[in-house]
Amino acid sequence: MIAEAGHYALVLALGLALIQSSVPILGARWRDLALMNIARSTAVAQLAFVAISFAALVTLHVSSDFSVVNVFENSHSMKPLIYKITGVWGNHEGSMLLWVSILALFGGLVAVFGNNLPISLRAHVLAAQAWIASAFYLFILITSNPFLRIANPPIEGRDLNPVLQDIGLAVHPPLLYLGYVGFSISFSFAAAALIEGRIDAAWARWVRPWTLIAWIFLTLGIAMGSYWAYYELGWGGWWFWDPVENASLMPWLAGTALLHSLVVMEKRNALKVWTILLSILAFSLSLLGTFLVRSGVLTSVHAFASDPTRGVFILLILCIFIGGGFSLFAWRASALKQGGLFAPISREGALVLNNLLLTTACATVFVGTLYPLVLEVLTGDKISVGAPFFNLTFGPLFVPLLLALPFGPELGWKRGDLLGAAQRLMAAGIVGLVAMALIWAWTLGGSTFAPLAIGLAVFVIAGAVSDVAERIALFRVPLPTVARRARGLPRSNWGTMLAHAGVGIALIGIVCETTWNSEYIRSMKSGDVARLAGYELKLDGMVQRQGPNFREMVARFDVTRDGRPIAVMTPSKRNFTTRGATTTEAALLTRGASQLYISLGDVAGDGAVAVRIYHKPFVLLIWFGPVLMALGGLLSLSDRRLRVGAPKPAKALRGLQAAE
Amino acid sequence: MTRKQRRLTIVGGSIAVLAIAAALVLNALRDSIVFFSTPTMVAEKHVKPGQRFRLGGLVQPGSLVRGDNMAVNFQVADGNAHLPVSYKGILPDLFREGQGVVAEGALDASGVFRADTVLAKHDENYMPKDVADALKKQGHWKDEYGVRADGTAKAAGSNAAASRAAQGEQGAVR
Repeated sequence: MIAEAGHYALVLALGLALIQSSVPILGARWRDLALMNIARSTAVAQLAFVAISFAALVTLHVSSDFSVVNVFENSHSMKPLIYKITGVWGNHEGSMLLWVSILALFGGLVAVFGNNLPISLRAHVLAAQAWIASAFYLFILITSNPFLRIANPPIEGRDLNPVLQDIGLAVHPPLLYLGYVGFSISFSFAAAALIEGRIDAAWARWVRPWTLIAWIFLTLGIAMGSYWAYYELGWGGWWFWDPVENASLMPWLAGTALLHSLVVMEKRNALKVWTILLSILAFSLSLLGTFLVRSGVLTSVHAFASDPTRGVFILLILCIFIGGGFSLFAWRASALKQGGLFAPISREGALVLNNLLLTTACATVFVGTLYPLVLEVLTGDKISVGAPFFNLTFGPLFVPLLLALPFGPELGWKRGDLLGAAQRLMAAGIVGLVAMALIWAWTLGGSTFAPLAIGLAVFVIAGAVSDVAERIALFRVPLPTVARRARGLPRSNWGTMLAHAGVGIALIGIVCETTWNSEYIRSMKSGDVARLAGYELKLDGMVQRQGPNFREMVARFDVTRDGRPIAVMTPSKRNFTTRGATTTEAALLTRGASQLYISLGDVAGDGAVAVRIYHKPFVLLIWFGPVLMALGGLLSLSDRRLRVGAPKPAKALRGLQAAE
Repeated sequence: MTRKQRRLTIVGGSIAVLAIAAALVLNALRDSIVFFSTPTMVAEKHVKPGQRFRLGGLVQPGSLVRGDNMAVNFQVADGNAHLPVSYKGILPDLFREGQGVVAEGALDASGVFRADTVLAKHDENYMPKDVADALKKQGHWKDEYGVRADGTAKAAGSNAAASRAAQGEQGAVR
């Protein structure tokens, strides 16, 4: 009964989406207010019905109703409650339902908070949103219905893939989908602007908060996925340049570029055509990511059971929306008026450079990800493009980007003073050089690359901080004045500082981890001691333990440093009886920003166990950086000027900014 | 600066960046891609020692020998040919004889494949896609590779579910 209700709610949502995708556009054409406003009610109703459908699937999973195929294949009555809930999206059908739920959520939010949008623009945006929704409802209903029943219900389910039975599944996919699907709003706004043939600075002010929300979630989603892979896969890697990871990185790069070009458009009314193009691109890349992951063309952690009809269907959706988006662009873009002029050396120029480098880096990732697929289709040769390719292409493009990054905020709009900017960045440059020299001296004879990269990262961080210090006149005026100026500084400036500093911090983590990572791989018996990076780890014995739906073998390590006991680490190997699968649960010990990492291998006949121990210096900075970026985005989002649904920007705030 | 000059500067800069990126990509594609081969393809093509590639096939039953200090030797076979592989380190959780495997490394002078990475999927009916395709092409594909185990699903009368049996993740060991 619940399954049927969920299925029926989804069909009703499709019906509503079809209405929403056509009627408002006719309304806009006939200038009929009532017809245009239908978009609002249908968007909210659609959200309600999708929510019912999603809640139905959650209920089925929680109550372990094995008469539903989806529950039978992915659940087990003994599974802990949290994994029963997260198991809803730990499979193809459920994850697609989560996808459309988030799509409907964003549509509903635009309908509710879009009060200040011109009515025809809102109608067009919601209609475009409904085109996407209709396509995906059809996809779910035709090829991947999560509510299918089994004729003779089995007593027990087949359990969820053990690797997915982790708290990461509760966090990573929803965050990532909020990011992916959030870019659908930018896409819909771009489509609406193209249909209306009108676009101005106000358009950018409306789109920017939505883009920012999507970007924040995508940033967190990618970082969380990376950390999950790091501790769950058991060999300490945090980024594999796997096609699926690249599929999430590409929309992030395009979305980051879009965020920056929206600034130019909002402030200077320039780069209109480019911004529209980026909006279409960011969502197209999100769709491409969905296609790569969900169609089964790749084998990876993320590829659930796949059948060819789904791949073809998603490819069709991909072609319609990307093809349609770019055709609309080609047809209407010339109707958009050119915006303000600026000199190449100016804030606008710096942001153009940022966009150029980010999209080029995105293009190299695109080539590296799709080249093997294309080559296999054309010639039948199977190749793999791995980390070396991306280190040789993506890396060199990021160096100029990071070098130029601190200069951007220092340059004035329209015409910048490069010499003046360089003088203001002198202090940051010196800090970077000193850091470089210190690390070079400290690790004499070691890697030459690491000190250079860390120096660059320190320059980026110091540049971001000195920009704000300059704006609040730190050390130049008495402290109370500084405090007043700090309070008066728009929050988006603080956001910029945090986000830019986050880039530098992540880079430090990446460089430290890859350069000074030390590992110990050996077979150990009870009583053996491993020495690594100044720590002594003594294997204290192994015990068997019974979990809710698995048995595990837990090893106990006593960790000491200079004879002082520090902690006990307990890595384990779990055996899930239902699927006969084994997983490795690594043990992590955090010391400052560094981590000790132990994972277990096979047990040999004589009782010795293969052990892998890593010491990863400053590894946590890799994820702390993105968290800081997301925090910066959040601060920027809370800036009055950008708040979703905020009334027209107040003149007073503009006045404050002029004081910069 | 006029609009025309401004546009020229931006277009010129873009072309320069794109040209550099294209050069980087072409250079990297020449040097850093890795081909996939089966033992038969290795035998036919006479791969040079030291040339990196990915080797895929089934672990020959009975060929696994564990040495000291976590050294492992096994044979990878694809029905027509087999190739000795040596590896040092921890094997993936579900590395088993008779099942599919993908290893990355290069041949040494004596014709032994020295692997530095062994990839295997954490699932009992594991068959890497590349290996499955290669075996199908050579006519050595047996249906049981795809639909192994899993009596539960058959009992439930849904064979489709069994053949779509849960796919696990790809882990790797360095």
